[in-house]
Amino acid sequence: MKLTGAQALIKSLELEGVEVVFGLPGGCILPAYDPILDSPIRHILVRHEQGAGHMAEGYAHVTGRPGVAMVTSGPAATNLVTPLCDAYMDSIPMVAITGQVSTAAIGTDAFQECDTVGITRSVTKHNELVMDAQDLPRVIREAFHIATTGRPGPVLVDVPKDVLQNTMDWWWPDSVDLPGYRPVTKADPRLVREAAKLILEARQPVIYAGGGILKARAAEALKELAELCDVHVVTTLMARGAFPDSHPLCLGMPGMHGNATAVAALQRSDLLITLGARFDDRITGKVDSFAPEAKVIHVDIDPAEQGKVRRPDVPLVGDCRVVIEDIIRELRAQLGQGASFPDRAAWKSRISGWRETFPLTYEPSQDGSPLKPQFCLEMLRDLAPEGTILTSGVGQHQMWASQYWRFDEPYSWVNSGGLGTMGFSVPAAIGAKVGRPDRTVWAVDGDGCFQMTAQELVTAATERIPVKVAILNNAYLGMVRQWQEMFYEERYSEVYLSPDLPDYVKWAEAMGCIGIRVESPEEVQPAIEKANEIDDRPVVVEFRTDSSEKVFPMVPAGASNDDLVLAPGQDRRGL
Amino acid sequence: MDRTEPGRPPHHVLSVLVENRSGVLARVASLIARRGFNIFSLAVAPTDDPRFSRITLVVDVESSPLEQVTKQLDKLVHVVEITELDPRTSVERELLLCTVAADASVRGQVVDLVQIFDAKILSVGIDCLIVSLEGNPQKLDDFEDLLRAYGIVELQRTGRVALPKLEREASGLRAVKERAS
Repeated sequence: MKLTGAQALIKSLELEGVEVVFGLPGGCILPAYDPILDSPIRHILVRHEQGAGHMAEGYAHVTGRPGVAMVTSGPAATNLVTPLCDAYMDSIPMVAITGQVSTAAIGTDAFQECDTVGITRSVTKHNELVMDAQDLPRVIREAFHIATTGRPGPVLVDVPKDVLQNTMDWWWPDSVDLPGYRPVTKADPRLVREAAKLILEARQPVIYAGGGILKARAAEALKELAELCDVHVVTTLMARGAFPDSHPLCLGMPGMHGNATAVAALQRSDLLITLGARFDDRITGKVDSFAPEAKVIHVDIDPAEQGKVRRPDVPLVGDCRVVIEDIIRELRAQLGQGASFPDRAAWKSRISGWRETFPLTYEPSQDGSPLKPQFCLEMLRDLAPEGTILTSGVGQHQMWASQYWRFDEPYSWVNSGGLGTMGFSVPAAIGAKVGRPDRTVWAVDGDGCFQMTAQELVTAATERIPVKVAILNNAYLGMVRQWQEMFYEERYSEVYLSPDLPDYVKWAEAMGCIGIRVESPEEVQPAIEKANEIDDRPVVVEFRTDSSEKVFPMVPAGASNDDLVLAPGQDRRGL
Repeated sequence: MDRTEPGRPPHHVLSVLVENRSGVLARVASLIARRGFNIFSLAVAPTDDPRFSRITLVVDVESSPLEQVTKQLDKLVHVVEITELDPRTSVERELLLCTVAADASVRGQVVDLVQIFDAKILSVGIDCLIVSLEGNPQKLDDFEDLLRAYGIVELQRTGRVALPKLEREASGLRAVKERAS
C-alpha cells in the first residue's frame, strides 16, 4: 500500500492508540493536517504552541497515556521548548511532532527553519529527525515506546515537509529494536533482601514517596507497604494523591513549603524509604544537613538518580511498583519466619506530637479586610465534587493548593514541579479535562500565571471543554514579593501587577467563558457553587486576595531543613 | 610535556559503544559539555559491525562527577554500552603526524630520533620532514617533546583508541561484543 509520509504519520499515531492531538498547523506541517480530516483522531486547535505542549502534559498526567502535540517548524518548535523541558523535568510521557523545512533546505536558514533537534536535545528523553518517509512508522513506534517506558519523558519527532509529501510503502514494525535502550524493571533480589532487613531494623522509618509512584501506577503497592510496616508517608509535590491525605499514616508534603511534621519526620528519621523520588533541592534544603541520621533505601527506575544527590545504602534500580511488591513479599516471608518490627511507639508519639503542635495555619481575615487565599482554597476543596482534578500554576497559589487541598486519589493533582513553569495551569487543566471529561477540573492560578497562557481559554470555549479557573488575584507576583519582603528588606522590585488591569471578568467573558468576581468572604461559597454547576463552558472565578499573605512554613533557599520558618505566631519549641 | 599536571583532575578514558546514526556524537559531546567538562581527546570509528561505532573519550574529571556523566550518557537511547578503561588494564594507541623543521644541518639527528622511536618518515622537503608515530600516548608525548627542540611546524594527533587487555577483559565489554555480533 502506497501512502504519503503524512498519511503514514497519522496512521502510525492511530495505531499507537492516539485519540487526541493538541496542535496548531503551519507551513511545514501542512501536509500532515490533510489526513487529520479523515482520521478518528480528535485535533484540538490551540492558540499558542506552548498551550499544546502543556495540554499534552495535563492529558498524560491524568490518563497515564502519552500526550501528543503537533506543531510546525521554526517558531512553533521553539514555542514547544518550555513544555518539553517541563515534561522532561517531571517525567511526563509526551510525543511532539514538529514540521521541518524540506530536506534540501535544511541548513540554509530557510523561512521558519530552526535546528529543532539541536535545540530540544537537552530537554527531551530522545529526539529524531526523519529523513526518509519509509522510516516514519518505525520512528513513531520507537517514540511512543521510549516516551512511555522506563522513566517516562518527552520524545520529539522532527519531520521535513518533503518527507511528509513523499510516498512510501506502508509497513508497521512488529517490535522496536533499540539495542541501547533496555530499562531495568526488576531490582536485584539480594538488594531487595537488604532493603527488607533495614526496614525491619528501623526505629524511625519514613516513606519518602515521589512522583515515580504515580508513573509506575504504584499507589496501591505503596499503601500496602505503608500499612504492612505501619510507617508514615510523606508525599512530595509531584506525589500528592499517591497516598491519601486522609490516611492516618499520611504526613503530607515535605520540603521548602512542606508542613512542619513532614519536614521534621524526614529530618529526624533513621531510615528513608525513598520511592520514586529524587532528593530535589526543594525537598532536601541544604543537602549536607538533610536527614543526617538516616540510612537510605532508594528505589528509582533511572540508574542516574542513584547517588546523584544522596548516596543510598541500598540502591534499587527498577520499576517502583515491581520493586515495592518484591519488598512486600520479602517482608512477609521474613515476618512469617518470626521476624518482627522493633517498638516504634516513641517515634510515633513524636510524630503525633508534631502534628498536634504544628498544624498548617493562617490568620483568618478580619471583617472588611481582604480575602485570605488559603480560605478560598479551603472552600474550593470543601465544595469540590468527588473526583475533582486540580491543576495549578507556579508560585504561592501552587503551594497553598498543595497544602490545603485534600488529595485522596492518585492522578487528581497536576502541576509543574521540576521546571516551575508559570502559566502551566490553564492549558494543563484543558488537557486534563480532555483526558477525563467525566471529572470536574479546577485550575488554581495566580494573576501572574494567568496572564501568561489565558488565551487557551478561547480554545476551551471553542472546543467546549468546560474547565474552571480560580484566579487568586493578589495583584503581585506573589512568591517573588514574598522573597523580597523576607530577604530583600521589603524592597519591592518589579512585582506589582495591579488588581484590575486587566479586568479578569471582562477578559473571561471576551474569551467565551463565564466570569465571576469575588471580593468578600460571603461571596466565596455562592461563587464556587455557581461555578461548579456550569457544565457547558469554562468559568473563571477571580478571587481578590490579600497581597501581604505569605506561604508558611518555609525553609529559606540554601538553608537547612532544621531552620524551618513557621507561620507568624507559631512557636518552634519541640520541633 | 606532562599531560596530567599536578593538581588537575585525572584523565579518565571512556569507551562508548553507540549506534552508528547521525547526531550520536553531538548527543554524547553536548551531554559532557553541559556539565562544563572538557573533552581532552576523542576518536570515533565504526566497529567490525557497521551498525555500531566506538567512541573513545578522554575527559579530565574527578571520579564522582564522572560517575554521574557516565550514567547520564548511558541513558542516551543510542548509547549501547559504556566502559571506563583503566590504563593499567587496557591497551591504548594513538597516531601522531608532525611536520618538523629539519634542514640539512640537523636532518641526521631527526632521522636518528625517528629510528629510535620506530617512527616513519612520510614526506621529505627541503628543510622539513613529515614524520608519523603510532604507539601509546606516553611514547607519543616523549617523541613530541624531543621533536620540539628542532621546531614543530605543524602537529596533529588522533586522540587515543583503547581496548581492554585480553587477559583481564571487562565482562561488560565482552557482553556487548556478543550482543553486537
